Amino acid sequence: MPLVAPAPQAPVQLLDPTGVRRRADQIDEPELAGYAQLVASVDAEQLRARYRDMAMVRRFDVEATALQRQGELALWASCTGQEAAQVGAGHGLAPQDHVFPTYREHGLAWVRGVDPVQVLQLYRGASHGGWDPADHAFHLYTLVIGAQLPHATGYAMGLQRDGLVGTGDRSRDSAVMACFGDGASSQGEVNEALSWAGVFSAPVVFFCQNNGWAISAPASRQSAAPLHLRAAGFGMPGVQVDGNDVLAVEAVIRAASDRARSGGGPTLVEAVTYRVNAHTTSDDAGRYRSREEEESWRPRDPLTRVEAHLRAIDCADEAFFDAVREESDELGARVRRGVREMPDPEPTSMFDHAYAAEHPLVASERAWLQTWLATEPEEAR
Amino acid sequence: MSATTTRPAAADSGRPGSSTSAVAGPTTLSLAKAITAALHDAMAADEKVLLMGEDIGRLGGVFRITDGLQATFGEDRVVDTPLAEASILGTAIGLALRGYRPVCEIQFDGFVYPAFSQIVSQLAKMPARMAGTAQLPVVVRIPYGGGIGAVEHHSESPEAYFAHTAGLRVISPATPQDAYWMLRQALTQPDPVIVMEPKRRYWEKGSVDTSAEALRTAPGLHSARVARPVNGARASEGGAVTVVAYGPTVRVALDAALAAAEEGVELEVIDLRSLSPLDIGAVEASARRTGRVVVVHEAPVFLGTGAEIAARVTESCFHSLEAPVLRVGGFAVPYPAARIEEHYLPDAERLLDAVDRVLA
Repeated sequence: MPLVAPAPQAPVQLLDPTGVRRRADQIDEPELAGYAQLVASVDAEQLRARYRDMAMVRRFDVEATALQRQGELALWASCTGQEAAQVGAGHGLAPQDHVFPTYREHGLAWVRGVDPVQVLQLYRGASHGGWDPADHAFHLYTLVIGAQLPHATGYAMGLQRDGLVGTGDRSRDSAVMACFGDGASSQGEVNEALSWAGVFSAPVVFFCQNNGWAISAPASRQSAAPLHLRAAGFGMPGVQVDGNDVLAVEAVIRAASDRARSGGGPTLVEAVTYRVNAHTTSDDAGRYRSREEEESWRPRDPLTRVEAHLRAIDCADEAFFDAVREESDELGARVRRGVREMPDPEPTSMFDHAYAAEHPLVASERAWLQTWLATEPEEAR
Repeated sequence: MSATTTRPAAADSGRPGSSTSAVAGPTTLSLAKAITAALHDAMAADEKVLLMGEDIGRLGGVFRITDGLQATFGEDRVVDTPLAEASILGTAIGLALRGYRPVCEIQFDGFVYPAFSQIVSQLAKMPARMAGTAQLPVVVRIPYGGGIGAVEHHSESPEAYFAHTAGLRVISPATPQDAYWMLRQALTQPDPVIVMEPKRRYWEKGSVDTSAEALRTAPGLHSARVARPVNGARASEGGAVTVVAYGPTVRVALDAALAAAEEGVELEVIDLRSLSPLDIGAVEASARRTGRVVVVHEAPVFLGTGAEIAARVTESCFHSLEAPVLRVGGFAVPYPAARIEEHYLPDAERLLDAVDRVLA
């Protein structure tokens, strides 16, 4: 018998690109119906809120891109096209769940309540971090591809030791979300983390946004098999979801995080989406991918399908969309102002947290720089 | 991956982890068992301390450092990890973010490199990145150095990589007593600490006081120690030399000092104990007494710890020096095969040759 790769399954989808929502009672397939049931309570009002979240995140992204072009930011990594994956994932978690993001998780940061201006500190070069992870259960962005996955897994092992997994107390039981992309799936540490989480049954939701590209390398250069199929090899369920469907992502993440919190162990979720813009503002996507490919994703935009749905069920009129636009423009203005007014850190702040306890070399070098800065250049020499 | 080829692990006797905590006053322990005692006592004192590593639980570690600790403290606190050094460090960071104090055992020096990115890019830098919102008191234990007749990757001295990395503290105890105290101190302070354990000295025994009182009055984690003093009169006569050593070469320096004394030359042996931060003041004080300094370590001389010490002593003690600071250490080659490692490792004779040169 010849060896064959497993047949591909259709990604979980509950809101199609034309805006038609599939409800549990309209679905024959039990697994898909189960997902639909998990978000059955997401009514028109909540869908309007999801739309608003996505629109705000996109406006933020547009503003940040402009700020980079104006020289206010050193770099920007756009998340346009991935709003549904990130906003859906954010709403699929419980407040106490801890998120370990990549550096493109602006939608998740938004849902977690991180001030967008704080996010821009890193991209302006004013900080390597920008917020207190404990305030939002949202760790700092990690720039080394995939390095945060072992951190997430270790954090989850800590939750297990703290008695915060599988107690049945829904207000306390916790999970961890480990974010990564298709490029990171090639990193050893990512595969190590998946293996560890499986071995220790750690409460981790591995959330892979497969946006098609790792700078210039297509997902096909990272893996010969669909990424979600790797889950079986690590002893956990794997599910592929339409990453541009905010409802489906929310449902899949809710199922995976419920499972993790209840002690069921990790899950690998692959959200299929598209990086609409170049990797960062320093990148030129025209050198490696076709205009046709980019155009082919336009009809699958994560915002337009929610808009189409809300209009079709008569739950959002022009006034609603105008109001969202106005609010998002206010956000853009606030972000612009916040970045322009952002002070540079004090030069000696670089010494502040190199060590938590006293370190004589750091102390003497700080004193030297302080003196140097306080002295006129000619005097110093 | 764990082949110590020529020497039985844990050659000394003595019961595992529980061996010392109940004993009052000084007792005789090998350096290895002093570490066992320190880990045991730290775990007993702080429930957030947990151990992670390959083969450290049921086996007790390839050097038996953690022998018996899993039986005492359970599998949640002495974790037999998958065989993946990057994730031993990476998950330790996650556990530290959750409030734990992980102690990671890297089985051998040459196996730390898969974890290098996590140590250098994450562990060392994350506290600064987090701007004081979290501490990462992760301790990484690395048996290092040669002289045990091992196969490749089991005899290296990678300490300079870590000492060069801001955000890490790097220590290397040379005696059983220091091994106990320094491990205990490392496990009560807030920064990441790399512990370079001189593996060929694991079986050397010494008096160890594990009492709380002794620990309280022990020298600071980052202070150097005068392992063999020289009297001021002798030094002023011009027949004395400062020898700076750490970890496995402290014994080499003390052996050389005995031989030199027979020839009428006095060596003042400084045991650095800590490589980052460096107690350069102790070295400078000795350099001013003797006017002559030789540094000895197993790591390659080129860009090694000795280079930093030579530079610092020259900058601060230039007018007290009677001769250039000399360095004795490993060659600029990959660590050689065991049958010729004695020609790579700096021994008392090579050290004494350098002593002769600074006296010439």
